[in-house]
Amino acid sequence: MGTPLTKQAVADLYFLEHRAKVLDLAAFLDRFDRASEPGGTDFRVQALTAALGLVLDGQPDRARRVLELWSDRSTEPIERAPMKGALGAMPIDAKDRR
Amino acid sequence: MYIDPHVHMVSRTTDDYQRMALAGCVAITEPAFWAGYDRSTTQGFHDYFRMLTDFEPRRAAQFGILHHTWLCINPKESEDVGLAREVLSIIPSFLECQTVLGIGEIGLNKNSRNEMTVLEEHIALAMKHRLLILVHTPHLEDKLKGTHLIMDALRNQGADPGRVLIDHVEEHTVRAVLDRGFWAGMTLYPDTKCTPQRAADIFEMHGTDRLWINSAGDWGVSDPLAVPKCQDELRRRGHLLETIRKVSYDNPRTFLSQSGRFSAPERA
Repeated sequence: MGTPLTKQAVADLYFLEHRAKVLDLAAFLDRFDRASEPGGTDFRVQALTAALGLVLDGQPDRARRVLELWSDRSTEPIERAPMKGALGAMPIDAKDRR
Repeated sequence: MYIDPHVHMVSRTTDDYQRMALAGCVAITEPAFWAGYDRSTTQGFHDYFRMLTDFEPRRAAQFGILHHTWLCINPKESEDVGLAREVLSIIPSFLECQTVLGIGEIGLNKNSRNEMTVLEEHIALAMKHRLLILVHTPHLEDKLKGTHLIMDALRNQGADPGRVLIDHVEEHTVRAVLDRGFWAGMTLYPDTKCTPQRAADIFEMHGTDRLWINSAGDWGVSDPLAVPKCQDELRRRGHLLETIRKVSYDNPRTFLSQSGRFSAPERA
């Protein structure tokens, strides 16, 4: 059905909301860097920053491609559920071998 | 006016029913789900199913809202296959209740072998009794893989995709679900599923056929008014009232009416 909005209207409606979200992300990464354990990292934060490359590549379907980046790409059931919850991303170097 | 086809009212207050009625809610359907802890006995599920088929319809009726339900043991409780089979054995005794629409929300959580076993037995139960199926797809990083495993299981058991709703789709799963002939649901959650804005984007990119929206309001961070908020988002973008009505009323009514038990009027 397409969007009835012009680019100007999209910017008018959503710019301030997403300006705030970018600042939230920047502040989150600053907060993470300031935390103890200098130099330490977390696979979820690595996955988040890896997604920024997709966000900025100028290609379509960014949301789909980010979700795929964070997804488990294996295809067989695992032996047993290790927990009930989910973490939000796979370690970037282990996406295909859970 | 709208239908919320997936909301867990046992976890919500009566005030929520009142607010939903004021926002135009005509009918809801409530799938069985995980209580936040594992129930320890089949009797615990029996009591839960009584709540879904007796107490909640009466509570909803106080506000003019039709209440229907779906029964199952949720995939989060599927690692104990023995208990799951006991729970499956008591479901047929509730199927004569006219507000039971089908089996749901079944599916996968962490994509384990035991979850697959219990999913397959739920599908068999639904097919034996010619019931609709409402599918839960896994959260976050497990969703893509789980959605494909579930669709393969449904296909392998010969389920009619036109009688199956696969819920919690997002940008990376919606196309495959629709292309395989299933109905698809978008769940509007503040953080972990679709926002109203992203759901509106998905309608714009993938169309409005066989696609609905729901709040899946439950005991976690969730919003029982998410459906009218998505209606408002579509209105704000200039979409036609007919389109908004299709995705928030006509589509769920069409799918759910296949049960022969869903009683929301064509024009409320």
